[in-house]
Amino acid sequence: MISIENLKKYYGDFPAVDDISFTVQSGEILGFLGPNGAGKTTTMKVITGYYPPTAGRVTVKGKDVVADSLETRQMIGYLPESTPLYLDLTVSEYLHYIAELRQIPEGEHAERIDRITTLTGLTDRMQQPLGQLSKGYRQRVGLAQAMVHDPDILILDEPTIGLDPNQIVEIRSLIREIGREKTVILSTHILPEVQATCDRVVIINEGRIVADGTPDELQSRFEGQAVIDLQVYGDGSDDTEPFNQVHGVVNVERMPDPEPNVHRMQIMAEQGTDPRGELFRLCVRKEWTLLGMTRKIQSLEDIFQQLTRSDAAHQQREEDAA
Amino acid sequence: MNWSIVGAIFRKELKTYFGSPMAYIVLAVFLIITGWFFSLNLFKENMAHMRSLFDILPFLLVVFAPAVSMRLIAEERKSGTMELLVTMPVRDFEIVLGKWLAAFILYAVGLAATIVYVISIFSLGKPEFGPIFAGYIGLLLLGGTYMAIGVLGSSLSENQIIAFIVSFMISAIFAILVFSAMIMPPPLAELIQYLSTTYHFQSIARGVIDTRNVVYYLSLIFFSLLLASHAMGQRKFL
Repeated sequence: MISIENLKKYYGDFPAVDDISFTVQSGEILGFLGPNGAGKTTTMKVITGYYPPTAGRVTVKGKDVVADSLETRQMIGYLPESTPLYLDLTVSEYLHYIAELRQIPEGEHAERIDRITTLTGLTDRMQQPLGQLSKGYRQRVGLAQAMVHDPDILILDEPTIGLDPNQIVEIRSLIREIGREKTVILSTHILPEVQATCDRVVIINEGRIVADGTPDELQSRFEGQAVIDLQVYGDGSDDTEPFNQVHGVVNVERMPDPEPNVHRMQIMAEQGTDPRGELFRLCVRKEWTLLGMTRKIQSLEDIFQQLTRSDAAHQQREEDAA
Repeated sequence: MNWSIVGAIFRKELKTYFGSPMAYIVLAVFLIITGWFFSLNLFKENMAHMRSLFDILPFLLVVFAPAVSMRLIAEERKSGTMELLVTMPVRDFEIVLGKWLAAFILYAVGLAATIVYVISIFSLGKPEFGPIFAGYIGLLLLGGTYMAIGVLGSSLSENQIIAFIVSFMISAIFAILVFSAMIMPPPLAELIQYLSTTYHFQSIARGVIDTRNVVYYLSLIFFSLLLASHAMGQRKFL
């Protein structure tokens, strides 16, 4: 449905999007996840035809968004991040205007607008000027606007930002509803949103894709990798090397501990292994006092944080360069 | 070119003009100033003609047109609605043309109101009809040209004040080139005069609508709108 190949977008020298590729299948709700400034909005602006890409290619149903821009724009409904509206128009006037720009035949306007405003719960606000609407209602108008022409593809940039918790739940279920028939890309930096609404997640950081999969896949991919938090006391226990030698240990990091002479290690275990027993025996052999040892399974939240820490991104970049 | 889209944009812009006090204020100011210039000479010279108005209007338009057109594109940039507009299946030139048309019609409404002056001089004396009619055609073309330059200025900035100043400067230069004869030797002056918007109006206002004058205005309108649509197509940070 949507295919993004080696997309790059530079603002001057700054790479906002740096060589990303992914595809979106028909009927999928794709969550585009990343911290602020990761390149989500830029990618969406390229797909919708607002910015031309610096390099790479984006196609929608096989049509290039630059060369066949008018056609791809007709297939897409777009809700920009700030939900810009003409504040002097009423809801009804605005939606009629959009319907005209979308070249919907005059005779169908009433029916289309009626359907879309019922879906978005705007029917009793039709004669109200947009400037008088609350943020939540403006967001609904933005969504209605994006769907007037019944597009196959919806691109929603942070659709729940600035809404109160009740509205967030409503908008999410609305997106779910819509997503049954349509292909949706929605961007967010809120993790539960992805788990609540999306079939698939692409995590992006500093202009690069760091993970791509279903929420469950991502969880299971990193789940096996448990983190063991270990506190130990004794001669030579401040050295990470003995821990590294234990079978199943991938990485050991020294963490600060408030107590003097207590050393705290964060130990990453290999998938499917549990080195806690070995670690215990190591301490016994070395005559160290084991003060504590806990194993943590990573949540999607941890995975996200781990993937989008900027030092992790730099590390990834160096690995790619090497 | 899809005319139904041009029409949709035109109607929306016109609604915005007349839905706010702005159009009425601008029109009122326009009529007060033209009325003042008209009546001033009418009583002083005691002659029934439109000359005094036709002399001053070309310069009045240099201020009036940018004031009307400055918001057309700049405002959409500022408020972010531009992003929605250009991601619709709409060509940039259709947007620009629809917007220009709305500003032009607003101006034409103002100009139509000045026909009251024409009626009053016809009731007072026997002026020649030809030059007055031609003068109005010339004013439509001239105003349309300044509105197009106004759209161009508006496409260059998201700040309406900057848009106003840019359009005013460009229009003013075109308007005052007619005075080049005062400071330049004749052959060069003639050439430069020919580029002036005022010069072509003056020749129309003599009563003869020459194709060359019309073509001059239409090509200036087209060229300005084309530049405006290109400027609008250039997104930030390109």
